[in-house]
Amino acid sequence: MSDLNKLTIAQARDHLRAGDVTAVELTEACLGAIAGAEKLNAFVHHTPDLALARAKAADARIAAGNAPAMCGIPVGIKDLFCTEGVPSQAASRILEGFKPEYESTVSAQLRDAGAVMLGKLNMDEFAMGSSNETSVYGNAVNPWKVDGRDLTPGGSSGGSAAAVAADLCLAATGTDTGGSIRQPAAFTGTVGIKPTYGRCSRWGVVAFASSLDQAGPMTKTVRDAAIMLQAMCGHDAKDSTSADLPVPDFEAMLTGDIRGQKIGIPREYRMDGMPAEIEALWKQGADMLRDAGAEIVDISLPHTKYALPAYYVIAPAEASSNLARYDGVRFGHRAKLGPGDGISEMYEKTRAEGFGPEVQRRVMIGTYVLSAGFYDAYYNRARKVRSLIKRDFEQAFAAGIDAILTPATPSAAFGLGEMAEADPVQMYLNDVFTVTVNLAGLPGIAVPAGLDAKGLPLGLQLIGRPWEEGALLNTAHVLEAATGFVSKPVKWW
Amino acid sequence: MSEIDLETARKVAHLARIAVPEENLPALAQELSQMLTFMEALNAVDVEGVEPMTSVTPMRLKRRKDGVTDGDIQAKILSNAPDAREGFFAVPKVVE
Repeated sequence: MSDLNKLTIAQARDHLRAGDVTAVELTEACLGAIAGAEKLNAFVHHTPDLALARAKAADARIAAGNAPAMCGIPVGIKDLFCTEGVPSQAASRILEGFKPEYESTVSAQLRDAGAVMLGKLNMDEFAMGSSNETSVYGNAVNPWKVDGRDLTPGGSSGGSAAAVAADLCLAATGTDTGGSIRQPAAFTGTVGIKPTYGRCSRWGVVAFASSLDQAGPMTKTVRDAAIMLQAMCGHDAKDSTSADLPVPDFEAMLTGDIRGQKIGIPREYRMDGMPAEIEALWKQGADMLRDAGAEIVDISLPHTKYALPAYYVIAPAEASSNLARYDGVRFGHRAKLGPGDGISEMYEKTRAEGFGPEVQRRVMIGTYVLSAGFYDAYYNRARKVRSLIKRDFEQAFAAGIDAILTPATPSAAFGLGEMAEADPVQMYLNDVFTVTVNLAGLPGIAVPAGLDAKGLPLGLQLIGRPWEEGALLNTAHVLEAATGFVSKPVKWW
Repeated sequence: MSEIDLETARKVAHLARIAVPEENLPALAQELSQMLTFMEALNAVDVEGVEPMTSVTPMRLKRRKDGVTDGDIQAKILSNAPDAREGFFAVPKVVE
């Protein structure tokens, strides 16, 4: 069998079970693809020896029978996840040389299920960015290319999206604080789901904004997202916000039957200046779900336009607190000190050298909105608006809406460097359709739905009820089948 | 539009413990001002009587037994320190 790296998780699992392929063969195919894809700069730390050792162990386990679905599946892990003995630096200079003595719960669950880690994936520094341009490793590059320009794979999980789209791995982990799984998935024609807040343990995942951060899978198909999410989530005593709820068999819930489901179309997501192609794609998606037997209902989420400003108060505030730990004392980078420098100079120089410009900007704005005299005006007000944003969704669900359909992004992938002159707020607008979902703690999934006139992928987003990832995945599965999206980037790298 | 002056920018940088060279303060002040202006859209929302969100999911944090779960891992804890000596994290002199 050739091109084993191009298999989906479900296909690979079935071949492994049937004994047609081995995990070692799958892993070697992916390692070969990674070695030939340096131009994409997706994998930034390589662990081929570890991967082959785990693949051998997976083959033994599969031969013994009863191996879990992820056993022997080669995956990439976002650099935000702490992985034991393997560099984990959140794409930041400040964590240069950091090798955790422990494994994040999510990557440990994947490891224990037999998944094979191929290496660590590029991302925006501390997951702060929408284009993978704030990474200490340099830009990750989108495998999709339609002219001379290198395009962004999106961010912050840009390396994960690029690696999955380019078939360097069968799937990857991502994390999503304001859209960091769903926007890169949409930019690369892949599937990405952010589960309900609390579904996946945050333990061992480098914290950005703790009340918003969630891990999730980035995959080639909705079925793969169901399989991998199941392995990633579940209660963890080490994360006090992790939900102690049973994890259903998500794959078994992909029945393809959405008859009678009510799908909401929120009018506030129809933005001024939205490209006609995105508007058309959105309508087409709604028509497809209607044809599958769903009822399409216009709904209102009145506080939508306040979501981005609220997010850009809350997320930097939490980041300024979380990133206080990078002080040059316990791990990572410490600046060289001059004569007479004391501990304050050590902190200030270390953080100035270790944090890139976007991270510095967000830490400082977070510091400002939490400082005496401004806490109520900015931070508390933003938390009140967040309550209202969540209430908008609760009212829609209470009125019988099962899922909400929106565009995933306001545009297709843009060129690397094209936003360099824009003010930071322009970049933040990338998250306009995704950020509400984090603020409300809901599950959201991006599904590739078509190509724009230039031939770049566009995605749609479905938002589900809390804890109902199974039903959400099923609706996404129907949409995926209806759009029939099978395009892949043409190899140029 | 909110204006962050140079003095405020300098103070914020110090509170965040990030060294910002004097010549970079005007650009920092301008960027912070832009972001604050963006946030001021929130002033248009009627938040009268609304509770600030403390937890996005209506759950009570789990309680656990107040017991030792870990320990005897001094070497592991120090293994990533930029400067560890005699079983401690070492830092520049703090008190005279």
